[in-house]
Amino acid sequence: MKAWPALISGVLFGLGLTLSGMSDPAKVLGFLDITGAWIPDLIFVMGGAVVVTFILTPWVLRRQAPLMASAFSLPGKQLLDRRLVGGAVLFGIGWGLSGYCPGPALVSLLYGYESTLIFCLAMFAGMALEGKLSQTLTGK
Amino acid sequence: MVLTTYLLPLIGGILLGLSAIWLLLTLGRVAGISGIAWGSLAGPDRGWRWLFLVGLLLGGLLTHTVIGQPLPDESIAPTWLIAISGLLVGIGTRMGGGCTSGHGVCGLGRRSPRSVTATLTFMTLGIITVFIMQNLMGGRG
Repeated sequence: MKAWPALISGVLFGLGLTLSGMSDPAKVLGFLDITGAWIPDLIFVMGGAVVVTFILTPWVLRRQAPLMASAFSLPGKQLLDRRLVGGAVLFGIGWGLSGYCPGPALVSLLYGYESTLIFCLAMFAGMALEGKLSQTLTGK
Repeated sequence: MVLTTYLLPLIGGILLGLSAIWLLLTLGRVAGISGIAWGSLAGPDRGWRWLFLVGLLLGGLLTHTVIGQPLPDESIAPTWLIAISGLLVGIGTRMGGGCTSGHGVCGLGRRSPRSVTATLTFMTLGIITVFIMQNLMGGRG
């Protein structure tokens, strides 16, 4: 599989996150603060992104295979389960505490802020911990 | 302020969507940042994930240098809160199989019921968490 197209995708993503204001945690918290001083800007980020993927994804998936790989690698799971909802609950709480989700946090490493570095280190620790937790819980 | 309130977020959002479509069209992959970040350390096929992350930083660099958009301020939340936040985001995104990008941007585009469920759930919990922090805990910092 070729890898270089991922670089272009990453650049577009980094541009999108920073131009849109998603890499500003104060703005994200203001967006989630719907009963307070609500900042509506980020509706246009989500809206713009989802309109594009909603229209173009079915068109892409009509192909037998991607342009530069042998097959599409899409999540196979269809069923809703406790892990999905439980994970989304924990993620939502974490997101609301700081205003950072993974993409904005990673691109914000550019700014050289201590809080962003701490967030990212804690995030990777959480990811590693989740794997261990699940292994312990399921006995695998 | 129309430019910053509506236009830049809209342009940014469209770029996020195009990024996801490009990755799906060329490599058949989902542009979910939590999955890419974790996979860059732990997964097979690390090459494209590292390139994506390098590109992510390059994109941010372009915005704040070539385009000249000012840097956002650092978060005012105390360090312990940032650490707990990061920990929850890390555990939650792996457990739930995605974040704002994988479930929100990509999954909604695929009309995935799991992603619709996850997105509604984390948006709701984000809103509730901010409400509690602002109103019951006396705000931040």
